Amino acid sequence: MSTNLLALLPELILTLTAILVMLLEPLLAVGASRKPLGWLAILGSLGSGVAALFQLRVVHALGTLTGFYGTIQVDAFSIFFHLLIASIVVTTLLASLDYFPPDQISHAGEYFALVLFGATGMMFMTSSAELLMVFIGLEISSISTYILAGFRKGRATASESAIKYFLLGSFATAFFLYGIALCFGATGSTTIAGIGAGLAATKTPLFGWLAVGMVLIGLGFKVSAAPFHVWTPDVYQGAPAPVVGLMSTAPKAAAFAVLLRFLFEAAPTDRHHWAPLIAIMAVASMTIGNLGALLQSDAKRLLAYSSIAHAGYLLVAFTAPEPLAVSTACFYTAAYAAMNVGAFVVLTQLSGFDERLRTIDDLTGLALRRPALAAFLAFFLLSLIGIPFTGGFFGKFYVFSAAVHSGYTWLAIVGLANSGLACFYYLRLLTALYARPTTDTIGDAPTPHCLSIPAGLALIATAAATLLLGILPNRILSLTQRAAPSTVAQCVMQK
Amino acid sequence: MITVPIAYYLILAAVLFCIGIAAFLIKRNVITIFMSIELMLNAVNLTFVAFAHVWRQISGQIFVFFVMVVAAAEAAVGLAIIIALFRTRRTLNVDEVDMLKN
Repeated sequence: MSTNLLALLPELILTLTAILVMLLEPLLAVGASRKPLGWLAILGSLGSGVAALFQLRVVHALGTLTGFYGTIQVDAFSIFFHLLIASIVVTTLLASLDYFPPDQISHAGEYFALVLFGATGMMFMTSSAELLMVFIGLEISSISTYILAGFRKGRATASESAIKYFLLGSFATAFFLYGIALCFGATGSTTIAGIGAGLAATKTPLFGWLAVGMVLIGLGFKVSAAPFHVWTPDVYQGAPAPVVGLMSTAPKAAAFAVLLRFLFEAAPTDRHHWAPLIAIMAVASMTIGNLGALLQSDAKRLLAYSSIAHAGYLLVAFTAPEPLAVSTACFYTAAYAAMNVGAFVVLTQLSGFDERLRTIDDLTGLALRRPALAAFLAFFLLSLIGIPFTGGFFGKFYVFSAAVHSGYTWLAIVGLANSGLACFYYLRLLTALYARPTTDTIGDAPTPHCLSIPAGLALIATAAATLLLGILPNRILSLTQRAAPSTVAQCVMQK
Repeated sequence: MITVPIAYYLILAAVLFCIGIAAFLIKRNVITIFMSIELMLNAVNLTFVAFAHVWRQISGQIFVFFVMVVAAAEAAVGLAIIIALFRTRRTLNVDEVDMLKN
């Protein structure tokens, strides 16, 4: 197999499966179950995960894989994110197999295909060494998620969510592109390595700073870091629950991967300029996210604010020097993905396509009606708080200790204060789950139905991942540390 | 032959980009907001072409092609979303699209 094909293998498998799903969809009768297509999509994303593992073996044996004239660069770092994205997609697809009611079933095929196309774009973002490829990946993932956000067509909130996501997402893309254009102007190159070499030697540093700032704004929107977070609560509230689970984790992981690569490879010499900026963004995201979540009654909206806060915790890792920053950020991304996807899988199972249960009042006394689901949700909420023996605890622990090691003690203190603040709203939801329901909520509670097998699988997988990251963090951390030095090695090679 | 200095192109592009931002923030019609994003993308394209000329590098010009292709794809999806919005709300004014809020 040529190196070009090998470097793109996971993306190729996803794309081909998505095309196959779209081709097979019209062959199914109108109103027939689309579950076979869903299973095909799951198989495809599992296949791409296996391909990523295969790439890992090759990278271990032969070193970094490059393809397509150096625009694609597959190293342990990008393979880590490939595996993460593939697992998020598998879980999301498992949770959405039974999501569509009979009258909406004919759209399910498109949904599965769009999830796969979006994942392709995200994987592209993490494995490209050229900003043109990053941009194309970003757009593939964004355009797919714009459509997915408005997938509950005909619902007024769905189209509102989609239009807000679309307008603000494209606005952010324009900033990102302008940043790339200024990078190109300052250095004459659009590859990350070329920009790094150019910025280190540039005689007009102002251009470079402006360029890095613009890229930071563009990616800040994508990871929903304050002050670029305004779209997040509205979009998450109106989008379908399984899609929110996907888009609050996978595209953010990809955008964080790009941010890590860009900041540490293209602009390492300016670190003392951008690190304080990142610290300010982190403080703003944590504080705004946690304060905003205190006021929410809608569960999805609450988790949206919590995702802003978690983007803030993750940004704290960026203040550390490179190997530490990369490994802690990778660990936090994985821990956050496991618990957040898990929480949204539970919400998907509870509220269904029509979003019957939305507010905290609706969820009151859930433990009596759906004990298993309530237990899972409680576990994910505990992990989001950062209770020991969960992935969330070690994520926060590593991030804050990284900040302390790199001289940002005040940032770690602000972060810890914020984690304390966050307990209030997570515990409010948690106590509601186990509270005695008021009489009127029992009256109009929907009839409980059994948990489907695929959704159960998704829940067990996310809960196991969250637990594993909390019990055996060292194993995963050593994996992410293997991801880190490879990027350092390249930096050294280029110098 | 007198050539136009490169700074002129860059300043024009920056002004266009700022007009795009201002229009995005001020305008209330969804389609006009969408147009202001396109204006920002075209400002980026102008910057790329100008810098491609300075550096004698073809990669800046190639970037412009991809920006145009992606903008077209984005327009297709965006207009579809706008139609879906109009069907459910009967309005294109963003101030009236406010069901989702705190």
